[in-house]
Amino acid sequence: MWKLLQIELFKIFRKPRTYIAFAAIAAFILLIQLALLVNGRQYLEFMLGFLDDGFFIPYDQINNGYWICFTILNLLLIHVPILVALVAGDIVSGEANMGTLRLLASKPVSRSQIILAKFMASVFYVIALLFWMALIALVLSLVLFGANDVVVAKSTELHQIEKADVLWRYFAAFGFASLALIMVASLSLLLSTLSDNSIGPIVATVCIIIVCTLISEMQIPLYDKYLRPYLFTTYMLGWKGFFYIGVDADGQTIKGSLQNGPAILKSIGVLLAYIVFFVSASVFVFRKKDILS
Amino acid sequence: MKKIIRLLVAVILFCPGDLRAQEINQLVQQVRAKLNQVNDYEASGRMKTNVAFLKVPISGVRIYFKKPGQLRIKNEKGISFVPKGAVSINLGTMLNSGKFTILDGGNDQVGGVPVKVVKLLPEDEESDLVLSTLYIDVSALVILKTRTTTRESGSYELELSYGKYKAYALPDKIIFSFNTRDYKMPKGMTFDFEVDSEGKKEEVKGKTKKGRAEITITNYTINKGLPDSVFSN
Repeated sequence: MWKLLQIELFKIFRKPRTYIAFAAIAAFILLIQLALLVNGRQYLEFMLGFLDDGFFIPYDQINNGYWICFTILNLLLIHVPILVALVAGDIVSGEANMGTLRLLASKPVSRSQIILAKFMASVFYVIALLFWMALIALVLSLVLFGANDVVVAKSTELHQIEKADVLWRYFAAFGFASLALIMVASLSLLLSTLSDNSIGPIVATVCIIIVCTLISEMQIPLYDKYLRPYLFTTYMLGWKGFFYIGVDADGQTIKGSLQNGPAILKSIGVLLAYIVFFVSASVFVFRKKDILS
Repeated sequence: MKKIIRLLVAVILFCPGDLRAQEINQLVQQVRAKLNQVNDYEASGRMKTNVAFLKVPISGVRIYFKKPGQLRIKNEKGISFVPKGAVSINLGTMLNSGKFTILDGGNDQVGGVPVKVVKLLPEDEESDLVLSTLYIDVSALVILKTRTTTRESGSYELELSYGKYKAYALPDKIIFSFNTRDYKMPKGMTFDFEVDSEGKKEEVKGKTKKGRAEITITNYTINKGLPDSVFSN
């Protein structure tokens, strides 16, 4: 199994397209950092300016490394599934397209092992991608902008988390984000087993995510009631839950607390269930697959 | 005879009012004089902000004041959202800020302490202040409560408790109440994480729009001089 995983990782990391994601993420993050370094205050004034009437807003202090990392993740994590689909959607269908899948299936390993190795290789890729993102978005932002309390805007609330209470939340958030992206990878893997060319599964994954995200975010009562609870995209934003802090009866924040811990746990449970379902379905489909190419 | 009666009626009707106005003016002058003992101060304290949409921790703040009206509230570490009206916590600044018509508002009680109610109406029509009501503890010559309406910053209320620094009319605790506006950002910008959106909507609807900041001051350093640089950004 380990040998199979090594082979799969070798296949992933020898393809130039794998590095597109790393380059795109680096470019995007560096552009945001540069923009916020130069115009961070203006961006914050645009976001929070309507509070200016009632409060002195410490814009320059809010524009710190922790806040910039949050802003980057907020903008980027919606799009990263597309980058994951680029690799995971190709992992089986790409081989079918090239004609190497039949060779692989003829080796003395079970088809289940092949699929599981491919899934684990996708997981490794997702974690590497998030590690890269954390390195640039968090570490580099802290180096460039320094650390301070993080201020997180919700549509009806503003949460301030003290500096000393932030770092663990980022570890948890990246952990959660990796789970959400592994779920995307497992969906792509399933679609990849159903196709003999790479484009189909990649485009299908992206389309499913876009449609589900739109339904999740449209705030239409009909969809909210009957569709939203069953869509995985509803739970993929759970990483943000680590930045919504709990408050006491006086409205003061409680260090180390979460506003809605059960919702995060529920999201983790739902995402795990989706992963198990998609991977199991992939194994099932691949075991039954008639490999003709 | 008629003239004598008219004179008596005039004395009865108008003199007590004049006397009362003089007393009230004198009271305000005495309070102002007490407040004017302080040329500058530096104080440290803790600020507890309670606004429906703000989820913030209790913050350590330093307060700087210098005559005639410079006041700055800085956070000791981290970030603080200081309500703008909180700069009015220095009452001396308000009393020295211009000429007022002073009206007697009668007697009342604040926290069980009998107080004189005084209304200040600025004579300057361009003044930001529209009306301020002071609740003055006559025996201690300190203001226990104010209600102020301004053109720019809306209405706010101050409740003051005194302790060690009562002789300087500097409070140990200030409760600042103010009106807040609705806070609403498009969800398309914030991408909120909400698993049960129905419950969250109801919770937000029921919340009051009144904000409150409670500043507890632990110690003052009075009349030791402060550089102007403290008040610059």
